[in-house]
Amino acid sequence: MTGLVYDFSVITQSIDHYLVSHWGPSLAATIEFVLVGILYLLIYALVGLMLVYAERRICAFIQCRLGPNRVGPQGIFQTIADFIKLLLKENIRIERADKLLFFVAPFIIIVGSFLAFGTIPFAKGLHALDPDIGLFFIMAATSIGVIGILLAGWSSNSKYSLIGAMRSGAQIVSYELSVGLAIVTMVILTGTLQLSEIIEMQRDGWFIFKGHIPAILSFVILLIAGTAETNRGPFDLAEAESELTAGFHTEYSGIKFAFFFLAEYMNMFVLASVATTLFLGGWMPLHLGNFETFNHVMDFIPPLVWFLVKVFTVIYIIMLFKWTYPRLRIDQLLSLEWKYLLPINLFNLILMSVIVLLGLHF
Amino acid sequence: MSGTGIEMHGLDIRPVEGSRPEDQEFEINMGPQHPSTHGVMRFLVRLKGETVESVTPYCGYIHRGIEKMCESLTYPQIVHLTDRMDYLSAHINNEAVCLAVEKALGIEVSDRVKYIRTILDELTRIASHQLWWSAFGMDLGALTTFFYGMRDREKILDIFEETTGGRLIQSYNIPGGLMRDIHPNFQKRTKEFIRYFRPKLKEYHDLLTGNVIFRNRTVGIGVMSKEEAIAFGATGPTGRGSGWSCDVRKRLPYSAYDRVSFNEVLMAEGDSYARYMVRMKEMEESMNIIEQLIENIPEGNYAEKMKAIIKLPEGEYFQHVETARGELVVHIISDGNKNPYRVKFRSPNFSNLSVIDKISRGMKIADLIAISGSLDLVIPDLDR
Repeated sequence: MTGLVYDFSVITQSIDHYLVSHWGPSLAATIEFVLVGILYLLIYALVGLMLVYAERRICAFIQCRLGPNRVGPQGIFQTIADFIKLLLKENIRIERADKLLFFVAPFIIIVGSFLAFGTIPFAKGLHALDPDIGLFFIMAATSIGVIGILLAGWSSNSKYSLIGAMRSGAQIVSYELSVGLAIVTMVILTGTLQLSEIIEMQRDGWFIFKGHIPAILSFVILLIAGTAETNRGPFDLAEAESELTAGFHTEYSGIKFAFFFLAEYMNMFVLASVATTLFLGGWMPLHLGNFETFNHVMDFIPPLVWFLVKVFTVIYIIMLFKWTYPRLRIDQLLSLEWKYLLPINLFNLILMSVIVLLGLHF
Repeated sequence: MSGTGIEMHGLDIRPVEGSRPEDQEFEINMGPQHPSTHGVMRFLVRLKGETVESVTPYCGYIHRGIEKMCESLTYPQIVHLTDRMDYLSAHINNEAVCLAVEKALGIEVSDRVKYIRTILDELTRIASHQLWWSAFGMDLGALTTFFYGMRDREKILDIFEETTGGRLIQSYNIPGGLMRDIHPNFQKRTKEFIRYFRPKLKEYHDLLTGNVIFRNRTVGIGVMSKEEAIAFGATGPTGRGSGWSCDVRKRLPYSAYDRVSFNEVLMAEGDSYARYMVRMKEMEESMNIIEQLIENIPEGNYAEKMKAIIKLPEGEYFQHVETARGELVVHIISDGNKNPYRVKFRSPNFSNLSVIDKISRGMKIADLIAISGSLDLVIPDLDR
């Protein structure tokens, strides 16, 4: 290990020691939970708003427009203003809707994506949760979201919402399979589910380079299936606005709508983070063979910056999908998954196993 | 869940009356306020899951009684009402009335008028197809097309604004010629536009036509045979997509269409993709027509001297024109007064809409949107 290392665990541990020495272990743990929780809620909302702003600017750029550029420098406060507006808006009560489920649905969605958000390793020592089943945990947490979508569509007492929910049920359950298999393919290579370890293993090269063809294949599959799982274009059938007005969240207003909106963007962030962690080396800097000077310069860039740059590159690709392609039809969407992605994925899994068994990877 | 569909906690989503619950048949009102009906139009869609069982269009939400209003207006005034029918082919609608009146009075307008009218007709057609392309892409979920199309349409609207004073609706035609002469910049800017738009049209094809998702969404969707097109009277690009040679510009040439050479774009497939390609190729043909005319607009009067009060001799007068959507027919019955006794407009959209039930049965909801987009409906023209 050469060069500079930015290790945030030193800072977090010193804070922990300070708290424990003052209040004892149990109270210190409580304070830490609250502190980390509040911090993550803030980051969650901030990153979400940032992504909404980025999306609006990027789509404006693609569509030969300017996008928001009035509120604050380059319009960076536009989404914050929009968010405040949504907070202040009336929560419309839907006649004959299922009150409890209608109320609960947005919370389920946001909890699912928030749990997954907690496991993201931003830098060394800079993540809230690092369970040894990290990838499995993310898969489990993100699949909670579909329950929220189904409940939202069901309880709204609207046919458009119901169709949207039905579509997204079929879609997410199918595509979770591909996301899962793409991740499993990589787990065969890594041999661990813990995110911090996966990143450590990529110190001498990212997995997308180390894993031969199957790694590249599963990266592409993860991007496609992940885009579908997060309900983004060209797979945004659940909220296809030209067909279903707004799909499962047609009847929602105010802050509840904002929850759906935020969760969609944060799911995209989680997806991009998983892709970054698995394939692009997480917060590891880019190293090129034996170019010592180059590698050394790269080491000076903080890992947090590396991570965010990689994540936003992936997000940019996902956004390009949405603003370029038309939307698929529901039967085409399902046949893409079951007839193409799944067989390729299974073949890829076997290929990866063979490569790992024979030790052909770098 | 009880036997009669979804009834739980007071939810109110019920299957169609008389259908078996296990069929899960539902009726959905698509419109009058819906993002992809392109206006105030209601489709009562009967669904079996995602599959469309039948579509019943309900129109009349924007009925203004234009035909009845015409009976109490003079002929030059009627021209202004026709703008409000198919607002995307406003200039062509105007021309239909003017041609009918000129035919009735036996007036021969100068070549200059004919040339200018034809050029503006074709510019209108391009602008209309650009807007249709934008909206069609959006119906399919490709949101970027909307801004590309609008960006290029703006150039045409600027040309219109300079010469006619109006951008969307111009009322530039009057019985006997044109309201005023063309702007000195007109020829230059039109040529500039064509130079600008040819590469942009390639961009349109790059963005949408070649896309595999787009192909999957349109090829083989909403197939209308030639016989059906004739039976329903689906004219314009909609009918020509089914191989029906129904171009009024070829069959009954008016203005300067008999002096230019152009191809009538025909496709045999009859699906949404064929209708799409017909319009895309028509834009090219329109540019060819303009190029033939724009260089040699003859000198002459921009309007014939007309009487202050125009009275048509007693009788019935027809005029066919080809709007961007199909064949518009004006039928004027005159009793010799300054007002017509009765005016009937045969609008292309109404006939084009009538096929939607026939061709979208058994398709998915998303296909219904693609089909209604490919028919290129303008609702105010449909209701009048």
